[in-house]
Amino acid sequence: MRPILLAGHERALTQIRYNPDGDLIFSVSKDQQICVWMAHNGERLGTYRGHQGAIWTIDVDPTSTILASGSADNTIRLWDIKTGKCLKTWDFPTAVKRVEFNEDGTKLLGVTEKRMGHLGTIVVFDVKIDVDAEQTDEKELTIVCEESKATVAGWSYLSKYIIAGHEDGSVSQYDGKTGDLIYNIPIHELNQQITDLQWSQDRTYFITASKDKTARLISAKDLEILKTYTADTPLNSAVITPKKEFVILGGGQAAMDVTTTAARQGKFEARFYHKIFEDEIGRVRGHFGPLNTVAADPTGKGYASGGEDGYVRVHAFDKGYYDFMYEVERERQNRLAAAASA
Amino acid sequence: MAPSFDHLRDEDLDDEDFDVDEVDISDLREKYEVQLDEGYDTFVVVDGLPSVDEETKPKLIKFLLKKLNTVGRTSADAIYMPMGDDGMSLRFAFVEYSSPAEAAAAVRQLNFTPLDKKNIMRVNKLTDIDRYGREGRIDEQYTPPKIEEFQEKEHLRSFMADPSGRGRDQFVMFRGETVGVFWNNEKDQPENVVDRQQWTETFIQWSPQGTYLTSVHAQGVLLWGGASWSRLRRFPHPFVNLVAFSPNENYLVTWSNRPISIPDSGHPSLSLDDDGKNYVIWDIETAKPLRSFAQQDTPAAEGDAAKKQPKFPWPAFKWSADDKYVARLNQGTSISVYELPKMNLLDKTAIKIDGVMDFEWAPASVRRDGVKTYEQLFCFWTPEIGSNPARVGLMSIPSKQIVRSLNLFSVSDAKLHWQSDGAYICVKVDRHSKSKKSQATTLEIFRVKEKGVPVEVVDTVKDTVINFAWEPKGDRFVIITTTEPVGATAVPPKTAASFFCPEKAKGNAVGNFKHLRTLEKKNHNAIYWSPKGRFVAIATVGNQQGADLEFYDLDFEGEKPEGEKDMTANLQLMNMSEHYGMTDVEWDPSGRYLATWASAWKHSMENGYHVYDFRGELLREEPIEKFKQFSWRPRPPTLLSKDEQKTIRKNLREYSRVFEQEDTERISSADVAVVEARRQLLLEWYSWRENVEEELSEERAALGLPENPVEELLKEKTEAAAHGEAEEQVVEEIMEEVLEESEEVVN
Repeated sequence: MRPILLAGHERALTQIRYNPDGDLIFSVSKDQQICVWMAHNGERLGTYRGHQGAIWTIDVDPTSTILASGSADNTIRLWDIKTGKCLKTWDFPTAVKRVEFNEDGTKLLGVTEKRMGHLGTIVVFDVKIDVDAEQTDEKELTIVCEESKATVAGWSYLSKYIIAGHEDGSVSQYDGKTGDLIYNIPIHELNQQITDLQWSQDRTYFITASKDKTARLISAKDLEILKTYTADTPLNSAVITPKKEFVILGGGQAAMDVTTTAARQGKFEARFYHKIFEDEIGRVRGHFGPLNTVAADPTGKGYASGGEDGYVRVHAFDKGYYDFMYEVERERQNRLAAAASA
Repeated sequence: MAPSFDHLRDEDLDDEDFDVDEVDISDLREKYEVQLDEGYDTFVVVDGLPSVDEETKPKLIKFLLKKLNTVGRTSADAIYMPMGDDGMSLRFAFVEYSSPAEAAAAVRQLNFTPLDKKNIMRVNKLTDIDRYGREGRIDEQYTPPKIEEFQEKEHLRSFMADPSGRGRDQFVMFRGETVGVFWNNEKDQPENVVDRQQWTETFIQWSPQGTYLTSVHAQGVLLWGGASWSRLRRFPHPFVNLVAFSPNENYLVTWSNRPISIPDSGHPSLSLDDDGKNYVIWDIETAKPLRSFAQQDTPAAEGDAAKKQPKFPWPAFKWSADDKYVARLNQGTSISVYELPKMNLLDKTAIKIDGVMDFEWAPASVRRDGVKTYEQLFCFWTPEIGSNPARVGLMSIPSKQIVRSLNLFSVSDAKLHWQSDGAYICVKVDRHSKSKKSQATTLEIFRVKEKGVPVEVVDTVKDTVINFAWEPKGDRFVIITTTEPVGATAVPPKTAASFFCPEKAKGNAVGNFKHLRTLEKKNHNAIYWSPKGRFVAIATVGNQQGADLEFYDLDFEGEKPEGEKDMTANLQLMNMSEHYGMTDVEWDPSGRYLATWASAWKHSMENGYHVYDFRGELLREEPIEKFKQFSWRPRPPTLLSKDEQKTIRKNLREYSRVFEQEDTERISSADVAVVEARRQLLLEWYSWRENVEEELSEERAALGLPENPVEELLKEKTEAAAHGEAEEQVVEEIMEEVLEESEEVVN
């Protein structure tokens, strides 16, 4: 099916998020706008105004009530999704590169940039999912990344760990309550930045994308590498699809490296890999710049990608996608079905 | 262990009882003895002379002088031949040359010169005799040299025996800084034989029969091979740039753009004579240099500035098919032919051919009709000089006879193309009209094996011929022509590929060459014949815009077009393909596969290789970062006789049945293995998931958290929302009431 092209941003996309119901898409870009869209028809519901710098990151709480955003204007803001009102602004000395709610929406983490003498940090706030409640000013926790700055971070299952991906290609596991570093493991090639980290639905494992042209599936508990997906281009984003056992990777030659060559050179395609077999199974073309972010509909009905070209492309999966299955998977499915009926 | 400072004992440091005079340094003195100019540098000692009496002595001296004066200046007065007590000479003489350089030349060139059947002259420097022959330097007792025990070496052609029994071919890949040799596995991942980091500094090259893999380093060239890929030979030519083998792997030519400079401390294998030289010819068996040559400056093409000569011609040294001769062109004047293994100039003089522009050896030893003696042929051409016509000649070596020559007029350029058996040579002649404006090309084919070497003019082509290729071992050829001027352009020029073949003729004779078909409006610029003939791939290489590849069969086993009934070919396009950014194409030696690759040397886009089968079916494509070079390992010529080959060809169906069965079995077993591996992966994944899920729900329960963390929250929110909605409805009702009130007021 033809994708829906969301042409609401004027500059490169930085992150896209679906709400848990999969009916809303939130997108942020370097043009200082947060947009919210209807996932099924691409209609823009509105924007959230207030940031005064490129917005790097966005997340929505599990009940689709409030929205958190992090920007190059050195703030994290909370918004009322319904009204667009800014509920809270936290100020930092440097830009905010990533925000994420934990699984029950009671905590929010933010990753701040290392710049001008400030080390990169991961901060945690207690959040009330209530548009009328007073939000706290106090950080519950601050983790300072002394070795290599964190570029991405997220909450594991039960908010037990904070997992962070670093600029040097390593992944750290911190205690979710105390902020103590438990492990730091080199996962990607040394000094190849980790560009994205997204969770499986139950937050027991996650996928990282890196400039080293690979994406890796990692267990949250012990940071064991479960799978590796090798692409032929630096990756900016990776997501695990719900329902089907796939992962979607997005990337492409960075704009400054593409120079004068044809679009085919840039490899601006979303790539589908089989999550378990690590085989590439398909590509979706369309963007004319690198893909900066990919997001999957939590209900498994589609995915969206945002590119350096300023467009969001929302794809609904068609029948072929649902039917696609390896022989051994079908075997297993049939066996399970037989066992269930017996 | 070497003694270090820590290990020195106290008594070693104690210098009280240390007497300088007691130290015996005679061995050191001997070793580092300074060579003083003794004034004897102009003297040589000539040994191995016949014993003569006083009477015949002048005769011998006169005879000797003839020899000695070939390298320098000396006279009868300067020869002293000591006489023994019995009145007979002592079989040696002292000779004084006019300069030390001449003496050195005499040693180099006259040593081991035979005087007659019995006597061989030995020439040594007087100073050397003194140095090496002084008392004590030579053992009085003869001790036989120790002969090393014979050790079985690895079989250098073990690669011919494919361990899988499928007769696969090997290839080498150079990517990044790593060089690896692989077995071709068609569609599957090639099987690695050996893989080494930094195996070469610039490039790799196979020897023509696949025995050696050549690696090129700043210090020289190394040859590798055998099952263990050990280092077999070393050719220390500093800063070597290019390497060429003789066809039978007996000799090697190395070239460096920097003249060799021998350091004062000497060089392990090159001598002072090689100083300033650019080319070295080596004997591969002994790894010793045979002779070195300096670069020649090719005279600039007269007046024609646009047509620049390449800076250096390569290969500069061209080998005859049997490694017996190697020749170099002295452009415009002569061809120097050297005889192997001594590397002496054939008949001591270069073959003078006025104006000679180019020459090519026959790629095979040709047996001409009616010629019984041994010969090697080469073909050369000379341009028009004054009123003399341009000439193409065929010369027989060693007789230096011109076997056939052809005069041509209005020639602007000529290219010589031998067919692989040496049966034909096609001279592609570019001609201009009298006004020198319009160009045309004619193809003149010499039928070398036929009596009298008849020459046939095939066709006059109006357009510029940019490429020509004979079918290997066959008699058909393909040319590519273009109407546009040749040059580097972004858009590939429109070209046409034309196929030629002989007409059908009676008996074994080969009929006249005729134009078969022309494919117009293509962009092709390169022709790649299968090494076994019949199949040809025509390609556009080295172009950013397009990279087409077309596979043709010239013996298509189907309907033949009516108009081509008399032709010995049936042309059929089998397949078309495209490989973006392709820079090189190479057939495997068996003619079963074709590899195309995009090398990082030329550009950095989509580097990697493709492998096709001979029908043009893409078997495998592999993008590899920084992919530089791909090369099939050549095979030595077959050991089977013609008859044996014929029998095999006859029973091909039998063999193919067996092979096909093996193939299907292998593929199906590979498939089974893949499926099994997947099944395993799936099982592992789901059992891992099961564990994790179980752990998670246990932990959740232990923490007293609900099974679904957001369910409760969502419920709350929905309730709140429902509540809110209800209130709103109430508001609406109030509005209705207000309206009713206003009605009452009216009443």
